[in-house]
Amino acid sequence: MDRLPRWADVVLVPLVSLFLAGFISALVLLSIGQSPVEAFNVMVDGAVGSAYGWGYTLYYTTSFIFTGLAVTVAFHAGLFNIGGEGQAQLGALGVALVCLSIDWPHWTLALAAATVGAAVFGAAWAAIPAYLQAKRGSHIVITTIMFNYIAAALLVYLLVDVLRPDGQMDPASARFPAGTALPTFNEIPGIRAFYAILDSEGVQRVSSKGELMYTGVPANVTLFLALAMAVVVWAILWRTRLGYQIRAFGKSEAAARYAGINPFYIIMVAMLISGALAGMMSVNNVMGEAGRLLQNSSEGAGFIGIAVALMGRNHPVGVVLAALLFGFLYQGGAELGLILQIPPEMRIVVQGLVILFTGALDMMVRMILTRIFGLFRSQRLGAA
Amino acid sequence: MDYATLLQILDSTLRLATPLLLACLAGLFSERSGIFDIGLEGKMLAAAMASGAVAFLTGSAWLGLLAGIGASLIFALIHGIASITFRGNQLISGVALNFLASGITVLIAQAMFAQGGRTPPLEGNARFEPMALPDAATLTDWAATSTVGSVLVPILRPIVRVLELIDAGLRAVPLFGELYSEVLLGHSVLVYIALLTVPLSWWVLNRTRFGLRLRAVGENPAAVDTAGVSVVGLRFAAVAITGVLCGLAGAYMATALQAGFGREMTAGRGYIALAALIFAKWRPVAALWACLLFGFFQALALRPDVVEAVVQVKVPVPFLDALPYILTVIVLAGFIGKAIPPRAGGEPYVKER
Repeated sequence: MDRLPRWADVVLVPLVSLFLAGFISALVLLSIGQSPVEAFNVMVDGAVGSAYGWGYTLYYTTSFIFTGLAVTVAFHAGLFNIGGEGQAQLGALGVALVCLSIDWPHWTLALAAATVGAAVFGAAWAAIPAYLQAKRGSHIVITTIMFNYIAAALLVYLLVDVLRPDGQMDPASARFPAGTALPTFNEIPGIRAFYAILDSEGVQRVSSKGELMYTGVPANVTLFLALAMAVVVWAILWRTRLGYQIRAFGKSEAAARYAGINPFYIIMVAMLISGALAGMMSVNNVMGEAGRLLQNSSEGAGFIGIAVALMGRNHPVGVVLAALLFGFLYQGGAELGLILQIPPEMRIVVQGLVILFTGALDMMVRMILTRIFGLFRSQRLGAA
Repeated sequence: MDYATLLQILDSTLRLATPLLLACLAGLFSERSGIFDIGLEGKMLAAAMASGAVAFLTGSAWLGLLAGIGASLIFALIHGIASITFRGNQLISGVALNFLASGITVLIAQAMFAQGGRTPPLEGNARFEPMALPDAATLTDWAATSTVGSVLVPILRPIVRVLELIDAGLRAVPLFGELYSEVLLGHSVLVYIALLTVPLSWWVLNRTRFGLRLRAVGENPAAVDTAGVSVVGLRFAAVAITGVLCGLAGAYMATALQAGFGREMTAGRGYIALAALIFAKWRPVAALWACLLFGFFQALALRPDVVEAVVQVKVPVPFLDALPYILTVIVLAGFIGKAIPPRAGGEPYVKER
């Protein structure tokens, strides 16, 4: 079979896969009696049509960058980590314990400590499946799925019986102290100008306390942490000995073993990094948005990491772009529910389709493209 | 714990083990042919929704069952195309189909019934009711109402008479009589179908030519190919069997175990079935015991009072909920013997040229 040019492999294959996923999604919308064009317009309007929409889209994007990077690192070691959801929930527990431990004087200190807490808890939750895979050959896909269910049960127990303050009905932790509140986009100087609340004459409104008013959005400084992590992951994978070993191990376990790479070490380290990244996602939603630990805090973002990593071709740049795409999908999908009464499960359908086309049917896309390219090539030869 | 409580728990063990068993055998056919399938969960969910919807609309549980099998087969076919025809990553295909099923079932149920992504509650013939042994009275009714019945009943009457005698005899045995009447009897027909599928699967796999080839294609597809048998054909056949069995499992969830489809109603059963499959080392009879064990743990999770009475400590309910999953990990950790999967599992077959 002819080879595709590199640019086609990197850019065209994911775009065609995405187009196919979008096409089937449109058919699904038609079959439940909705107009795909109208739905798309609502999504664009709601997700990227206003600064307010961007404030939510980028909030989701932040979470998906973390979980996408988590899946990416594991993929490079040849491991399929479906446990991002559970690792994120444990990361959320780490964030909550750090935030509730002392009265934090400033958010920068709290952010640093909470990031470490999230990473440690997330990594710890990934460590057991990693150890079982490395030492006992237990299939990491199934063990990580089981750990998702166990994490959910553990958090229900902790929130109902341990962390819930006396006298509170809903299963959630106490509110975090004010010192842990991360600046959201409407509070960051410079960016917040986009969120100014204007009156009918275009003058920014002023509150009764004499402060300028801004629309609140959940996107927060964690976005910059996520982008920094994308750079760190890139550096680890392509600029360090460890990264080389991880990628070599993922390409061929036998060859890596022969070259003296220790499989136990690589599996453990790759999964610990992966779990830490998935856990760090919770800084964004638990600390940046909710301000306390709730049940099911990660809301499926751990699973979306799979789609993001596949769509982003397991490269940090691709992951960031794919995370933005899924951020758009999530915020837009929420708008679909509000405006067109399309259930939010539509987002899971698109997510499944993207994973199917980019991850499992990529060979099909490649075969189609190769045939088209072959056609062009033979025409050119014929002309010459 | 008294004997009556134990019987109650064993009764729900059998009910809860049934979908696990069907899904586990489904996975068995696929994996023995070399196709990993973590999409059992999604197929069950799709089948549950389709059967719940069709059973409600037609009022027939059997038509619901057919629809469930159809829905599951569609998902199985997509998995087959992705992993056999296009040699894609089987794990990723399974995960994708699980998400697809999770979302699309709710979307369709909401579009059809507008009841928050559920199907309306089923009653009467739209559900598989507990099955009763045929007795003389039902036969007389049948003979009176249909011509086929009037021909067959004289032949059947002695057989039913013998069944009634055996039934009475079994009931009279101390202790076992109660086990027989409380635990083994009074389930829907799908429970007995699931139990019969175990020896049937064993026979197909170990005593037929198809089964031999199926096992061979999961261990060494090149050898099967050399012998002139189609690897693709065998694997598609296996994936289709998986679809049918997952369809039964899903339909059982919606039309027998519960009365209708609810979102995410399979709750990880597809994955537990996979774990049971590994625990059973990909063998049908062992799969029965594994699924009964996992069913027993699910049954225990429903009875925290009993668990507390036995262990004399207050056990948090979430711990009981997590117990089947924790046990699964312990089983997978290989503390109970080593499990060796089919050798060609997960690897697409590429014919040499």
